[in-house]
Amino acid sequence: MPAAGQTLRKLIAQSQKELLADWVQTQLSATTLRSDLMKESELRDQSREFLSLLQASVESGSTQTDGPSWAPVRDFLSRVSRSRALQGFSPAETATFVLSLKQPLFARLHGEFGGDVQGLADEVWSTTDLLDKLGLFTVEAFVKSREELIQRQQREMMELSTPVVQLWENILALPLIGTLDSERTQVVMESLLHKIVDTGAAIAIIDITGVPTVDTLVAQHLLKTVAAARLMGADCIISGIRPQIAQTIVHLGVNLSDVTTKASLADAFAIALKRTQARLPHQLGATT
Amino acid sequence: MEKIPILKMGRFLLVTIQVDMHDQLALQLQEDLTARIVAARARGVLIDISSLEVVDSFIGRMISNIAAMARVLDAETVVVGIQPAVAITLVELGLSLEGVRTALNVDRGMALLHERLADDQR
Repeated sequence: MPAAGQTLRKLIAQSQKELLADWVQTQLSATTLRSDLMKESELRDQSREFLSLLQASVESGSTQTDGPSWAPVRDFLSRVSRSRALQGFSPAETATFVLSLKQPLFARLHGEFGGDVQGLADEVWSTTDLLDKLGLFTVEAFVKSREELIQRQQREMMELSTPVVQLWENILALPLIGTLDSERTQVVMESLLHKIVDTGAAIAIIDITGVPTVDTLVAQHLLKTVAAARLMGADCIISGIRPQIAQTIVHLGVNLSDVTTKASLADAFAIALKRTQARLPHQLGATT
Repeated sequence: MEKIPILKMGRFLLVTIQVDMHDQLALQLQEDLTARIVAARARGVLIDISSLEVVDSFIGRMISNIAAMARVLDAETVVVGIQPAVAITLVELGLSLEGVRTALNVDRGMALLHERLADDQR
């Protein structure tokens, strides 16, 4: 519809200033306005920049929002979405930025066409189509930046949450923090076993002070880790069992009787020292 | 036909598995080892699987079987040198080798066997 696009082009070119004023007014009076997160001047700047970019892209005559002539608009929108995602806006609030342009735009279109109902309908349709596409793009960019954030945090958490530290000669400690799911158990198990090989540790203390809840699945994961460490010739001590967790374990009928358990890491460390010193040095000496 | 060598070290037998285990080889080892335990009056068996990178449930079971047979013949079995990946696989297969003693390396495994011998002689 070349005629329809032209009206929009003319409109934006002619009355950009009034359009901007109306649009900002609409946004300021909208219920989704987050004056706590964003200053009015910033909003005004963003709106102005968007309008001028929109004008440039509309001038090109193309209505393909994924085409090259719309690239500046897309870049701008993804930048805005990202910054709003980080500021804590909701997706709806972010999309409203673009969609709220409809109201002042349609009002102006109405004035432009007067009695030509068919022309008005066509123009409104093409404009709606355009703005909806841009709105959807905004939401998509918003979600994408949120997802990136979540993934990065997950990765960081995974790295942070599975340290294996050497407490003493032949003694490793594995302070677990956070919930133990299968994926994390795998990571924990691997890093523990490799550390056992690296250090030749004979005892590993698994401290579960930071594990919020222990259900049968978590207990099973713990027992798997203990069994794997045992296959590598290292004994495991589970420490940091809080009273509630002890109760839960018994109520669930989890059998931890094959594993040495201690209430605190200090107790576990004491018994680990006793075991390694009583056994290992003279033993290794005897063979050489 | 390839065979897994069984070395005698004092009262102990040393088995190092350095080729990929397949089922026939495992059965052969079981046969040879029980015969050697009896012939040498061995008190302990040390199985080193540090170069084993792949295990399946059959090999896992084989190792526990060998340990159980050795125990019947009054020889303690220590499996040493299990790789981390192998350990995880065995656990995931549900074979945690109950009743088999394990050690990180041959040194530690030998120490365990010596300890047992010392206990017996006391």
